[in-house]
Amino acid sequence: MLEKALTGNRNYWLWVGFLLVIMGTGGACWLWQYNVGLTITGLSRDVVWGFYIAQFTFLVGVAASAVMVVLPYYLHNYKAFGKMTILGEFLAIASVIMCMSFIFVDMGMPNRIFNVFLHPTPNSMMFWDIVSLGGYLLLNLLISWVTLGAERRDDPPPRWIKPIILLSIPWAVSIHTVTAFLYSGLAARPFWLTAILAPRFLASAFSAGPALLILLALVLRKISSFEPGKEAIEKLAEIVTYAMCINVFFVLMELFTALYADIPEHVHHLQFLFKGLEGEGNLAPLMWLSIILAVVSLVLLINPRTRRNEKFLIFACVAVFVSLWIDKGLAMVVAGFVPSPLGHVAHYAPTAPELLISLAIYASGLLIITGLYKIALEVRGEIKT
Amino acid sequence: MDGSRRGFLWLAGLTALGAAGAASLKALAQHAEGPSVTVGLQGETRWAMVVDLDKFRLHKSWNRCIVACHRVHNVPSIPIKDDEIKWIWTEEFEKAFPSEEHEYVADRYRQLPVPVLCNHCNNPPCTRVCPTQATWKRASDGIVMMDWHRCIGCRYCIVACPYGSRSFNWRDPRPYIEGGAHRDFPTRMRGVVEKCTFCEERLAKGLKPACVEACEHGELVFGNLEDPDSEVRQLLREHFTIRRKANLGTQPEVYYIV
Repeated sequence: MLEKALTGNRNYWLWVGFLLVIMGTGGACWLWQYNVGLTITGLSRDVVWGFYIAQFTFLVGVAASAVMVVLPYYLHNYKAFGKMTILGEFLAIASVIMCMSFIFVDMGMPNRIFNVFLHPTPNSMMFWDIVSLGGYLLLNLLISWVTLGAERRDDPPPRWIKPIILLSIPWAVSIHTVTAFLYSGLAARPFWLTAILAPRFLASAFSAGPALLILLALVLRKISSFEPGKEAIEKLAEIVTYAMCINVFFVLMELFTALYADIPEHVHHLQFLFKGLEGEGNLAPLMWLSIILAVVSLVLLINPRTRRNEKFLIFACVAVFVSLWIDKGLAMVVAGFVPSPLGHVAHYAPTAPELLISLAIYASGLLIITGLYKIALEVRGEIKT
Repeated sequence: MDGSRRGFLWLAGLTALGAAGAASLKALAQHAEGPSVTVGLQGETRWAMVVDLDKFRLHKSWNRCIVACHRVHNVPSIPIKDDEIKWIWTEEFEKAFPSEEHEYVADRYRQLPVPVLCNHCNNPPCTRVCPTQATWKRASDGIVMMDWHRCIGCRYCIVACPYGSRSFNWRDPRPYIEGGAHRDFPTRMRGVVEKCTFCEERLAKGLKPACVEACEHGELVFGNLEDPDSEVRQLLREHFTIRRKANLGTQPEVYYIV
């Protein structure tokens, strides 16, 4: 099936070439970083994780969100998701590969990565994160390949794949739970030390992920004869709505607990995020933008008339995605470090090479999605070659 | 024929899975035993340090012990604040003891530099999170050790440490070693985490830690907590001492006489 990604019209190759150029630029920056060290990033003694790890965290959520199409389709036999499921699984594959790349570029000693497997350490949450992400990647590769292969031969999927598909459902929940455990089990960092972090991660993932999936499906409809189906889009939009409501509810619970209890070491992080602390407040305008986008998206999504209107839906999906990306892909990680456990307020902003390397990883993810979606569409005869 | 080959492959696959499963179960079980297990010399030695802030104030000897430490361990002096490496340094009182600070703290404490270093916690959160066991609490004497050849530079231990005691080599540290590296102690390379090791290399030779030796007036006292007659135990008996963020349950082994 892979050969189907290797043919295409002029626009296809222009797009692939564009992504390769971005990947090349970021790749060159990474070589620079590899040679002189992570000093070329904005990271420092006090803010030791930043943009890379935040992208990793956000994308684990996008990967896990595939379960929002897999579960209704396979567990509840919800036929309307018939065409979306493979898109969800392929999005998960690309996201997990991006996650792994972000971990890799964040390492001080990338050439020692196999130490993680040479010295497996079950008491480290990072070990479990690698196990669960690796397993999730394998599950999705296997499931999508077997089901799509069967579809190409006009066969029903083989029976043995069904239990594996069912296994992938709790597995998807596990990847984001373990990712939250990376943070929420640390006595040193009060900002993350909250039992609701994992549920909140899942809620934001299950709204941002399907929102992205809606947008991708609509792009595909525009550039090919792929038709996701009105019912599928509307059902996905409902999923985004519920998940976003739950997410906002969880965020408000966090704010209440921290602000009403008024324990300084909890409040300081929120002050840094929303107001700025000791002159450091570069995230504050973005946080307020995130709140505004969340409110606007909820208004548009909860009202059925705007939700079913495609123009409003597209806007709402973009708003959900950007709002949650600011929250999780920018603020969540950095705010855990400011102030530091000793009360120092450090400045952090990603540098140009840091952003270019991140952009390259996003481009590689888009390249994988492009190739995989091309294969899926061709197998179904939705692209004329 | 085809069937039996397929059967063989299944069997081989299952055997491999089984072996991997058994190995990971074993690894889990080892960790389940926890820190209370006594191995070898454990229970006989637990190194600890007592810091006398008043003596430091009297003799103003903060810098002497910092320089002594950083010299013997080839710790670089990187002028860029973001990239600093520190094994022992001073913090303001309110930074070292945030919960002890209040509006009316005596000025002599408010402005008092407090020497801080790795606390060699009895229940260290940093070793728990390391994905490669590149840092661990040594069973024989409680020192929190580092293997700079195994560290993958993920910095999870820095994230987990409530004391900011760990430093990451954001850049190659070697050009910044003042007076050039000496050969008695390894230098580090960019990309790994480092911290105070209670001078385990000097302890092995029967010497006191370099910072303790540099403070001539007993500002820092080092000794074995398990020995009731040791100097540290005597000091702990005679003085009221506090530890940094003891409420987190990390059980720091550096005690402060205020």
